[in-house]
Amino acid sequence: MSAAPGPATPVPVVAPAPPAGRFKAAGNALEIRDVSVYYGDVHAVKNVSLDIPTRAIVAMIGPSGCGKSTLLRSLNRMNDLVVSARVEGQVLFRGENLIGRGVDPVEVRRRIGMVFQKPNPFPKSIYDNVAFGPRINGMPGDMDEIVETSLRQAALWEEVKHRLRESALGLSGGQQQRLCIARALAVKPEILLLDEPASALDPIATAKIEELLKELQREYTIVIVTHNMQQAARVSDLTAFMYLGRLMEYNVTDDIFTNPRVRETEDYITGRFG
Amino acid sequence: MTAQLPTAGFRDPEFARRLGRRHRAGTWYKWICFAAAAVGVLTLAVLLTDVLIDGARRLSPEFLSSFPSRRPESAGIKAALWGSIWMISLTALMAFPLGVGAAIYLEEYAARNWLNRLIEVNIANLAGVPSIVYGLLGLELFVRALGFGRSLLAGSATMALLILPVIIIASREAIRAVPGSIREASYALGASRWQTTRHHVLPSAFAGILTGTILALSRAIGETAPLIMIGALTFIAFVPEGVLDPFTALPIQIFNWVSRPQPGFHVNAAAGILVLLAVLLLMNSVAIVLRNRFQRKW
Repeated sequence: MSAAPGPATPVPVVAPAPPAGRFKAAGNALEIRDVSVYYGDVHAVKNVSLDIPTRAIVAMIGPSGCGKSTLLRSLNRMNDLVVSARVEGQVLFRGENLIGRGVDPVEVRRRIGMVFQKPNPFPKSIYDNVAFGPRINGMPGDMDEIVETSLRQAALWEEVKHRLRESALGLSGGQQQRLCIARALAVKPEILLLDEPASALDPIATAKIEELLKELQREYTIVIVTHNMQQAARVSDLTAFMYLGRLMEYNVTDDIFTNPRVRETEDYITGRFG
Repeated sequence: MTAQLPTAGFRDPEFARRLGRRHRAGTWYKWICFAAAAVGVLTLAVLLTDVLIDGARRLSPEFLSSFPSRRPESAGIKAALWGSIWMISLTALMAFPLGVGAAIYLEEYAARNWLNRLIEVNIANLAGVPSIVYGLLGLELFVRALGFGRSLLAGSATMALLILPVIIIASREAIRAVPGSIREASYALGASRWQTTRHHVLPSAFAGILTGTILALSRAIGETAPLIMIGALTFIAFVPEGVLDPFTALPIQIFNWVSRPQPGFHVNAAAGILVLLAVLLLMNSVAIVLRNRFQRKW
């Protein structure tokens, strides 16, 4: 195994199995097995294994460039769109390896939704933003109802119900991000991936998103990448700490923040680097 | 022992002297750039005035509705005007789907391999090939090999090839300007590549694609050399009724009149130039209107 430059290769305390507790019984929504991601010659994610329990909120934290976003994007095959990226290993979802050859990324992304760092609504009406996913996926049902349900789930309905036909670009940043969440929910995914969803938002909008995630947990499994450790501590049940492409520690969030077992985790959460 | 504050006051004479020089340099630069911009406008103004003085007296409804004649006073531009309109419409019909299709392929589908790089380099080079060379190609390929004869179809196909690289390049620029975050959003919802292109990339890029295409067509309507090459320089006294009819076009008619010895025909040529310019301005304004219309989505 090639050593990373800089500090001596840290020895991870990997706990891929879900830590004991209330999530044991629910089973796993995703099982990540020995996943590596390469960008050209760069080994960005190194042999990561971890279980995402059903209806848990799992936070991925770590310094910039540690591979947490890359790992997240390989869970719904978004890395397929990056020409130089190569993903190895297994991501098991209902017994199927999502990154296997025979699996169509379009189907993966329908089942595993994603919300991005910067709100990216389509330059269309609020209604069309939400309706796009169900339309292209040919989902049955009354579209008005799907749109309303999705917007209600994203706690946006009351704010936009009188202007569904207006441009989504007229919404505030926080509203746009909740619209992006509603849009992702409209195709009825089972898992929701969020890549630093609040980093472009002000504290009030951020609080709304966090509240919303807690709400969504009742129906969805959520994986959230965040730079903000307070956010990870506030919203997540489990936290995975990544460093230099490796999963260093994975545990119940309270334990990670109060009783880190790896020195790198402690250094990071106490602000000594990163 | 109080700390000594700077006592020079607000103005620093050394700095002020240099600041004056900096401002003067800026003013000079502004006027030089203005002069550069004025060259283009002035040229157009002089050209227009000159042509207006020569040709305005010949412009009349009869001029637009008469066929060419041996007598300059009764000669008109009807055949050439309709020939140009036919040709440009056919050219657009051929070049637009091909150009946009090629641009979509190169931007959205093509892998970065040597074959696609070769295609890209060749398209860029083709944009610089002199139009007379396209004329030669059209003569050999469309007029002779494919047996279109000296027809509208042959002329339009040649023009389509001529402006294809320009349309491809303009469309690629427009497609590339669509932010990647929009594509990601679409893919993340389970859209296929074509659905993403069709519903998000093309609508966002449409204004740019349209502008590029119309500017390319404006170039085609003024082109003369390839049409002479494929044999459109003939006496045509009728309006084309089908794509296989022989035709003439505005620049050809102008060229024809200018080369006559009688001064009356030179007046006709000037009037013909005015008609051609009017058509060009009309097309460019359509480009601007369409661009504004599609850019303002909401």
